[in-house]
Amino acid sequence: MKKFITFAAALALLAGVMTGCGTDNSSSKSDMGGKKAESSQTVSTDGSTSMEKVIGFLSEAYMEEKENIKVTYNPTGSSAGIQAVSEGRCDIGLASRDLKEEEQSDLTATVVAIDGIGIVINPDNPVTDLSVEQVGRIYTGEISNWKEVGGKDAPIVCIGREAASGTRDGFEEVTGTKDKCKYSQELTSTGDVVQTVAGNPNAIGYASVASVNDSVRAVSIEGIEPTTETIQNGQYKIQRNFVLVTKKDASLSEAAQEFFDFATSEQADDLITQAGAVPIKR
Amino acid sequence: MNVMNKIKKTAGLIEKAMNLLFLMCGMLTILFVLLITVFLVTSGIPAIQKIGLSDFLFGKSWASTAVPPSYGILPFILTSVYGTCGAILIGVPIGLLCAIFLAKMSPQGIGSIVRNVVDLLAGIPSVVYGLVGMILIVPSVRELFHLPDGANLFSAVLVLAIMILPSVISVSETAIKAVPKEYEEASLALGATKTETVFKVVVPAAKSGIITAVVLGIGRAIGEAMAVMMVAGNVANMPKLFGSVRFLTTAVASEMSYSSGLQRQALFSIALVLFLFIMAINVVLNLIVKGRRQNG
Repeated sequence: MKKFITFAAALALLAGVMTGCGTDNSSSKSDMGGKKAESSQTVSTDGSTSMEKVIGFLSEAYMEEKENIKVTYNPTGSSAGIQAVSEGRCDIGLASRDLKEEEQSDLTATVVAIDGIGIVINPDNPVTDLSVEQVGRIYTGEISNWKEVGGKDAPIVCIGREAASGTRDGFEEVTGTKDKCKYSQELTSTGDVVQTVAGNPNAIGYASVASVNDSVRAVSIEGIEPTTETIQNGQYKIQRNFVLVTKKDASLSEAAQEFFDFATSEQADDLITQAGAVPIKR
Repeated sequence: MNVMNKIKKTAGLIEKAMNLLFLMCGMLTILFVLLITVFLVTSGIPAIQKIGLSDFLFGKSWASTAVPPSYGILPFILTSVYGTCGAILIGVPIGLLCAIFLAKMSPQGIGSIVRNVVDLLAGIPSVVYGLVGMILIVPSVRELFHLPDGANLFSAVLVLAIMILPSVISVSETAIKAVPKEYEEASLALGATKTETVFKVVVPAAKSGIITAVVLGIGRAIGEAMAVMMVAGNVANMPKLFGSVRFLTTAVASEMSYSSGLQRQALFSIALVLFLFIMAINVVLNLIVKGRRQNG
């Protein structure tokens, strides 16, 4: 009898495992296809981790308005998001950089917001202002001591992001330091950068202005503080675009088109501001 | 009579079915290993072919997103090797002495407390080690050695040394306990002190078990990613004790989420190299265990 029970239990367990696999497979398949998503009124977005806040605010407000539509967000990174939309795995791709040439052939980018990249230093650091050129020279190692830019006599520790991060790409492009940066640490998230700079009096880092908190200080660039106004009118130099990426040859589903229109409308400006980014000038 | 036969028949059937089930579960494990091996080899080879084996393994510069990109993983290999050696150099003596304490010297009460704490240490998730390393070890290393930045190979070695302690301790403790009591008694009877007995009789007798512990520690250290990623700085430099470095594991982990094209394939190739390292360690481990069986 005991054997029977064990056997039955084993079979039940096995069945559980099998069905578990089954459902997993089917769900991932439907994700891959992206076709099912349309019928159940889901708008899937995929891409830049820096856009998490912006897309979160937008989708939340949108979903409150339209109860039958669900907006999903998959934080994979700009390149992954662009790849996902071009392969049809999501409705809208999110990128915190402009499209590369080879990507422009079948994809369209629409700017939804602007992100200022804040240059952050430890609050104990007396330096308050840097030029774009100085920032670039600091990161390439030409300037290696804080006293060269008006600070204390201490070595500069450059904190950056991992290769292919959207923020790093944006930063290196603006400062003209593409592939020339001599980092002391390459971290995998904006939060890590802020945390590390907060913990090291000689560190300098870059992060979305939205993610800058009280534990670090954002320096002004050529006398311009990173504010909404200065970013919008382009006075603050270190900035990049947040773009929605769509396919050229395929039209969006009804729900996705509606969300797209909502996100790029004036209605969205307040939400984008709340999310710490800067709406585009209309 | 008929009933008896029926019962026997069903029992036989159940027996056969269970055997099949056990066999299936056994095969499943083999299947997983095979799948992983096949996947890693097929996805790791193309990039190596494109880059060239010697450029890939012995190239000193890794710039996966530069134009033109370079994919040399020598810095990662050396960092992983040095980091693991460092962790073993620091972790094994501490672990071994702790195991001797647990097996031979500890009073009842303290022994069980230490053993529980060691088990606890084994259960701490690696991200927690990383966090503690990032917030405590990195700033301490920076201040202690007057460095501009504390995220370097040395910090990583410290974290890894702590992480390998549990496996080193528990395996060597078992090995030491397995040494026949008569050896010890004979040594003590000949007038040797307890310390002499431990180091000249017990430890040599438990040698192969202790080596197993070291190999397990190597395996743990070389495969660790999360904790190391948070304290090592992650810049693809050739390894320096106080320089920011990137390990094989962190090279894969830090770029995977954003990568595309050849860069992604190259990451798979790094994973393949790592896999071969682990395989080699396992082979060594098997040889040791086999050797021990033959000796014993």
